[in-house]
Amino acid sequence: MLSELADIRGVSGDETKIRRFISEKLADRGIENSVDTMGNLIARKNRGKFETLPLLSAHMDEVGLMITGIRQGGLLNFMPVGGIDSRVLVAKRVKIGREGLTGVIGAKPIHLQKKEEQQKPYKEESLYIDAGFNSRGEAEKYICIGDYAAFDVNCTKMDKGFYRGKAFDDRAGCLVLLKLLLENNSLCFNAVFTVQEEVGTRGAMIAAYALRPQKALVVEATASADTPETEKEMSSTVLGKGPAISLMDRTILVDREMRDELAGCAVRAGIPFQFRRFTGAGTEGGAIAYSREGVKTAVIAVPCRYIHSPHSVIKESDLQATVSLTRAWLEDNQ
Amino acid sequence: MFNTVEELIKSLTETFGPSGEEETVRTMIANLVRDRADRVFEDALGNLYAVKESNRPRIMISAHMDEIGVMVTNIDENGFLRIAPLGGVNPIMLLGQRIRFKNGLTGTVYHEKFKELKELDWSKLYADIGQRDAAAAENNVKIGDSACLAQPFNNLPGGRCLAKAMDDRVGCAVLIETLRRLPERLPQEVCFVFSIQEELGLRGAKTAAYSYEPDFGIAVDVTLVGDTPKAPTMAVSLGQGPAIKVKDSSILCHPRVRQLMVETAENNNISHQLEVLERGGTDAGAIHLSREGVPSGAISIPCRYVHSPSEMIDLKDVLNAVELMVKLLTKEWPFSEESNVF
Amino acid sequence: MNEDKIVNALMELSEMTAVSGGEEAAVTAVARYLRPYVTDIKRDRFGNLLAFKPAENATGKTELTIALVAHADEIGAMVTKIEPEGFLRFTPIGGLDPRTLPGQAVTVHGKNKFPGVIGAAPPHLLTEKERGETTPMEKLFVDIGLDQDQAVDEVKVGDLISLEQHPVVLKNGKMMTGKSLDNRAGISVLIACAAGLSRICHSVDVVFVASLQEEVGLRGAVTAAYGLNPDLAVAIDATHGDAPELEEGRFFKLGEGPVIAIGPNLHPALVDRLEKTADKHFLSVQREPIPGHSGTDAWAFQVAREGIPTALLSIPLRYMHTSVEMINLDDLFNCVKLLGYFIGGLNRTFLEDMKKC
Repeated sequence: MLSELADIRGVSGDETKIRRFISEKLADRGIENSVDTMGNLIARKNRGKFETLPLLSAHMDEVGLMITGIRQGGLLNFMPVGGIDSRVLVAKRVKIGREGLTGVIGAKPIHLQKKEEQQKPYKEESLYIDAGFNSRGEAEKYICIGDYAAFDVNCTKMDKGFYRGKAFDDRAGCLVLLKLLLENNSLCFNAVFTVQEEVGTRGAMIAAYALRPQKALVVEATASADTPETEKEMSSTVLGKGPAISLMDRTILVDREMRDELAGCAVRAGIPFQFRRFTGAGTEGGAIAYSREGVKTAVIAVPCRYIHSPHSVIKESDLQATVSLTRAWLEDNQ
Repeated sequence: MFNTVEELIKSLTETFGPSGEEETVRTMIANLVRDRADRVFEDALGNLYAVKESNRPRIMISAHMDEIGVMVTNIDENGFLRIAPLGGVNPIMLLGQRIRFKNGLTGTVYHEKFKELKELDWSKLYADIGQRDAAAAENNVKIGDSACLAQPFNNLPGGRCLAKAMDDRVGCAVLIETLRRLPERLPQEVCFVFSIQEELGLRGAKTAAYSYEPDFGIAVDVTLVGDTPKAPTMAVSLGQGPAIKVKDSSILCHPRVRQLMVETAENNNISHQLEVLERGGTDAGAIHLSREGVPSGAISIPCRYVHSPSEMIDLKDVLNAVELMVKLLTKEWPFSEESNVF
Repeated sequence: MNEDKIVNALMELSEMTAVSGGEEAAVTAVARYLRPYVTDIKRDRFGNLLAFKPAENATGKTELTIALVAHADEIGAMVTKIEPEGFLRFTPIGGLDPRTLPGQAVTVHGKNKFPGVIGAAPPHLLTEKERGETTPMEKLFVDIGLDQDQAVDEVKVGDLISLEQHPVVLKNGKMMTGKSLDNRAGISVLIACAAGLSRICHSVDVVFVASLQEEVGLRGAVTAAYGLNPDLAVAIDATHGDAPELEEGRFFKLGEGPVIAIGPNLHPALVDRLEKTADKHFLSVQREPIPGHSGTDAWAFQVAREGIPTALLSIPLRYMHTSVEMINLDDLFNCVKLLGYFIGGLNRTFLEDMKKC
């Protein structure tokens, strides 16, 4: 199911397709779910006797591009949606709009560049999407200003349990939630598949306000730099060592009790885990933790190399361990 | 109990309490205020409330308990620690400084080799707690543990003091001393909030304001000054009285709240100054945007070298701030539930 | 309200001072303009102006509530220090470009209103290097002609400073230049819309919101959205007008109609309805793609409480955040018409349909 989830296009603000996919899976098993004004998908597993249920959250949206203009000759201008490293853009294939028209991200060929130009990364403004149109008029028949474009990538299983694909941030988290919702268990919890995390954790703000949880767990994908050219202590997380429990990020300082509780769950159940050793970047943790009177919130994440690029890499065993840890945490909070 | 405000400040500033680890300082403050308020309680995130019950309006007064610090993010095989900032910490400021953990363990911060000062960032810093290897280090600290700066409180001739964490234990001291001096019965309800995680973005005050639903808000915090050599333009000086805030990056203070503060100071001959802070925010920023909005202001203690191990204040300013707070809270605030404009 | 009256209202409002945090006089004027067309006017606890216009139709029932929000405040500055010679140092309120300031006429709002000018060291006395660089804000000052003793009596730290400029309609009769057209143009749309709606049937309650402190971080909108919690919201603001050397797709032609924003901040069903409404009534509109933060009150409204579907309509405006902002009045009139047709056609079914989007 990871491939299915990851391959669906769902750039922030354009989550309809991925939401439909998840909601159909839930409906098939008769699991209650609803959609709010921004498009968050809220599911409830088992009707417990509890006043407030623990909340799991994962975001459905992914980083991508938005078409902002059509040039005279039919090439398309774009701007990033969410944080994309402009170095990864050039020479990638994208799918545009609801129809999913194919285009490529082009730039001046290296042969025609001056030496100084070759030394520098491409600037976003100098790139464009070429979908093969010969004129503005022709392009306008198929493309609207404001259309979204996502990387055109299919998830691939690599050797030794690694997966390569787009949007593992945060379809990996979606998969964890979906597994726990669909499997046979008697756990009682709310799960929200949120929108617009990549443009400022917008969906989680209103979902947390509406659901009023007392405890919440955000399931994310987080950057890993366990690769050459990065010193070991700067790698933040390592693939294969299990879910990363956050200490803090830009949006949240994880409650110490919650952190210890998660680590305790992992130790008792023999699930591998690591701490996320980077304290920057953002998650929905803050939007939930500081909602209303405050919510005890923690963040765990599947380590992910080359995050926010067309091809990120994760390890299956981390994904499985994240499911196990999330399940163990829910069992402790029933 | 403490005999003087100075002793109170000494004790508060020397207590451990970086953002997220406010427990020690919270327990200390709770013990100091318990007998002076009608209700003293904590919330889920760790804010401490001390309420003197009365009629509406409800006034929330907030000072933050947390201080800047560092968090351990990695322990290497030789027992060295990598650290990340909690709040606005300049890495240059940490070089050669002592840090202290909750369990009392101390260490120092030093740097890897670098050529130019501008290369110095967090990846070049490490902390050394004198342990031979990872196992020995892990017996003493864990990844995720926090440390604060370790400087003691010092008294200077003429009534000025140096300490770490003046920001904002001096504000906490103002609240505690005000509470001690207030009469049994007030014309309106006042809730003293000792908030958490201000240094990470006014987070505790945000949820506390939502939960208490005040009609008015006041933050008591430190502010920068313009009276040091070649300081940026700012008309606030040490020793010229508490600063009544007009603006910072988080709030344009409500003109009527500010006016009430100025009138109270003028009518009681309390020295004061007006503050326009170009960068930085206070809890008032979070309070005034809570729910439908809360008319709010702030009283600041002028402080030199904010976010360093040696923050300097003038005791006169603290005493005047207490005086101003007591006068402000014992007078009746104009308020009606129907009228939407204060 | 005919077009001349709208223009006169805009002329009056443009010249008024409403630097963030000091909007009282302007908000009072806005209330005066709105009063004939609404049943109730309130100020919320933050100070935002709320004017209520209930549904008027045959059934006498209301189908939903929509908020139209435009910010009343403008950029400006605040006194930070009075120098020994009586010159005033200042800090910006909102996004001021220091390069536009030297030689700018201002008003200092102290005990009285003092006309002043923003001064800087004369070019003759600058080094070659300094002449090639922007003079930073902290090296500029305001001169109101008082010496220190007089200045200390009349002006206090924290007093507001506003840009000074009279609005003028240019030769072609369509273009207007002046200060604070961002966002008095939006405020004029609210007023004209209130007037227009009193002549047609509409089945929804409309709340007109003149919000405060948008320029310092959408602060008024945060509290207004929480307090009102409407079913729908439309923010009316300014966007960048065309000018030489601007990249295509990020600026909009003056005179080619109001701009409908599209992107994550804006609800697709509202965008669609606005575009179809414009189409049906032959109103020319433009489309602005915004991939993230719209920088407008719409950003705050969208995530208030449990979420409010929000749209953004903008008037193209040149030279934003200066004293010589310029708009085409036709864009303003068309924005009013678009809102009128849009609101006239709204009913409960629309909310239901939205969920399927």
